[in-house]
Amino acid sequence: MELNRRRFLGLTGAALGAGALGKPNRASAARNYQPPPDAFGCLVDLSVCVGCRKCEQACNQVNHLPEPQRPFDDLTVLDDKRRPDAEAFTVINRYYTGRRDERNQMAPTFVKVQCMHCQDPACASACIVGALTKKPNGAVHYDVTKCIGCRYCMVACPFQIPAYEYHDPLTPRVRKCTFCFERISKQGGKPGCAQVCPVEAITFGKRSELIKLAKRKMADDPGRYQPQVYGEKEVGGTSWLYISREPFAKVGFLKLPHQPMPHLTETIQHGIFSYMWAPLSLFALLGGAMAVFNRKRDQGEDKS
Amino acid sequence: MSAHSHAAPLQGKARFWSPGALVMAALAITGFMFVVARYIGGLGAVSHLSQSHPWGLWIGVDVASGVALAAGGFTTAALAHIFGRHAYEPVVRPALLTALLGYVFVSLALVVDIGRSWAIWKPMIFWNPNSVLFEVAMCVMIYTAVLHAEFLPVVAERFANGFKASLANRSWPVVAIAEAAEGLLAFLNRNLGKVMWVFIIAGVVLSCMHQSGLGSLLLIAPTKMHALWYTPILPLLFLTSAIAVGFPMVVFENTLVSASFDLEDEMDILSRMVRITIVLLGIYGALKIGDVVARGVWPLIFDGSVQGRSFAVEMLFGVIIPWVMLLFPKVRNHRTPLFIASCMIVGGVIVNRMNVFLVAFQPPYPVQSYFPSVGELAITAGFIAVLMLAYRFTVYYLPVLSPAGKEANS
Repeated sequence: MELNRRRFLGLTGAALGAGALGKPNRASAARNYQPPPDAFGCLVDLSVCVGCRKCEQACNQVNHLPEPQRPFDDLTVLDDKRRPDAEAFTVINRYYTGRRDERNQMAPTFVKVQCMHCQDPACASACIVGALTKKPNGAVHYDVTKCIGCRYCMVACPFQIPAYEYHDPLTPRVRKCTFCFERISKQGGKPGCAQVCPVEAITFGKRSELIKLAKRKMADDPGRYQPQVYGEKEVGGTSWLYISREPFAKVGFLKLPHQPMPHLTETIQHGIFSYMWAPLSLFALLGGAMAVFNRKRDQGEDKS
Repeated sequence: MSAHSHAAPLQGKARFWSPGALVMAALAITGFMFVVARYIGGLGAVSHLSQSHPWGLWIGVDVASGVALAAGGFTTAALAHIFGRHAYEPVVRPALLTALLGYVFVSLALVVDIGRSWAIWKPMIFWNPNSVLFEVAMCVMIYTAVLHAEFLPVVAERFANGFKASLANRSWPVVAIAEAAEGLLAFLNRNLGKVMWVFIIAGVVLSCMHQSGLGSLLLIAPTKMHALWYTPILPLLFLTSAIAVGFPMVVFENTLVSASFDLEDEMDILSRMVRITIVLLGIYGALKIGDVVARGVWPLIFDGSVQGRSFAVEMLFGVIIPWVMLLFPKVRNHRTPLFIASCMIVGGVIVNRMNVFLVAFQPPYPVQSYFPSVGELAITAGFIAVLMLAYRFTVYYLPVLSPAGKEANS
């Protein structure tokens, strides 16, 4: 029994040790995921957004989503904080942070919420069948033909984005922003929301260029922005990036680690399962134990 | 392995439809009605699952606890067959049956839980080796097959002879099918027997892999998990707790079955067996306490939150008190106190799995809080009831239990 236990501990302990060692460095031996270098992104300038909900409407149209209960020009919708759901892939929320405008009125900050299209997405790592994948163009793409509906993506997503069609008995889908995958796959195509935005709060382009643009904006107008591009480093980086006049924590953004979410689990998994060394060693050890313990017994009596 | 078994079917020694069995049947029917409702109105119609809480009671209890409590199968198999402690042989078959039925019902619960039940086969084709869930699913699938192979001798033993004979007056297709079935069974039994050791070891290896894998599942959501449970050693805690709960689960099941069928219980074996549990549960408890101390999060236990209290309940009633109880020979050697201690350990593991999957899970934007719905509870209760009926049915018609000495007198 002693042997038995020690081995069990050894097995998992070794794997976890590997996990702990790999932690500070992204380029550990056990995991060599590289985010797509040419990924597209969107830079949202929260200091520009006027909360007109045109992006919500465009999203609804290009994705053929059902008509909402309250029309898109009804801005009282903004009185409540909303989350994207199975019928709305993006929503605008309004925050009052205490800042006042030139007429001493409470100045709202509008925040567009949608899938962030992580560079190293937790949902894609979690997905049992690989229905969610990070595409070279930056989109985290959902393939309904593979999905079994386990909803592990929803558990994994740090931004709480994937939504589920809970009232479909047989063919429910995971629903989330597609980054207008079909549209941006075409030359010059833009996501519906970025295309329509009347104040150009959303800039579509190569992610690497957008980060430069964000920093240029900060440099050109000192004091206008918080010194942080949200999404540059969060969870290993996201395709959607935000710059804001207000502190991000005050306008509904989560404080998230810079380490990609799949890092620990994948390090453990790959640590244990590279060449199946751990299961095979355990098998060999138990086989050896079985031979030793049962030989003793077979000498005593001759039945197996 | 079958040659020295004294196991026998209970048919004719006890009534099948005891009052308890009738209650189980009622629960099963209720659960089934909710399952029907789930396939008419969708998951949303019967459950409180939501956009913020995608996993609920079915994952926490039916799947995670179900798999943990089926650990009696591989721990007793390891003890008796690998480590050669053949005195424990009489409890291997019932533990194996519990594991087999446990995994079948885990799979059935998953069928109900996943949105696209008909697509459950897809992970066999579409692989994502990065996914912990994929690993768990593969191990569970293969292990369920291994359990069937391990259980085959029991079926073969029952039908080894006299299967055909009893059908002598039937028409020829029935006899032909019976002959074919008997031939196949005999063939499989003869040949599987030679490689049974492979299955037994594979069963232990697969169990270690997916028991720990279940613990890795939530490691991908560090920002959503309460600090008391989010630890990089969560897989190790899941594995050690599953190993520790194996023998108490055997005690639990053996006591219930002995009482239900009015059989002589196996106190001598069980008492010896739980001495090992003192070590195993001690290791789990030490790891668990060491973990919250080493990470410095232990003050959260006493912060008055639901999570803090839930952690305290899990550790106190599920680990510490039963562990202390087991130290006393008076507890180990007497049926009632041993049963109580075992129930506490089993309950402690269930509370732990619910804590990890439900209580610790704190979505950043809670649309609504989660509490299981009547439908979820009814379906879970229904599954447990069907499992117990299936167990009863199996020991009634197949040689699983070894009714030592005393004949049942009902």
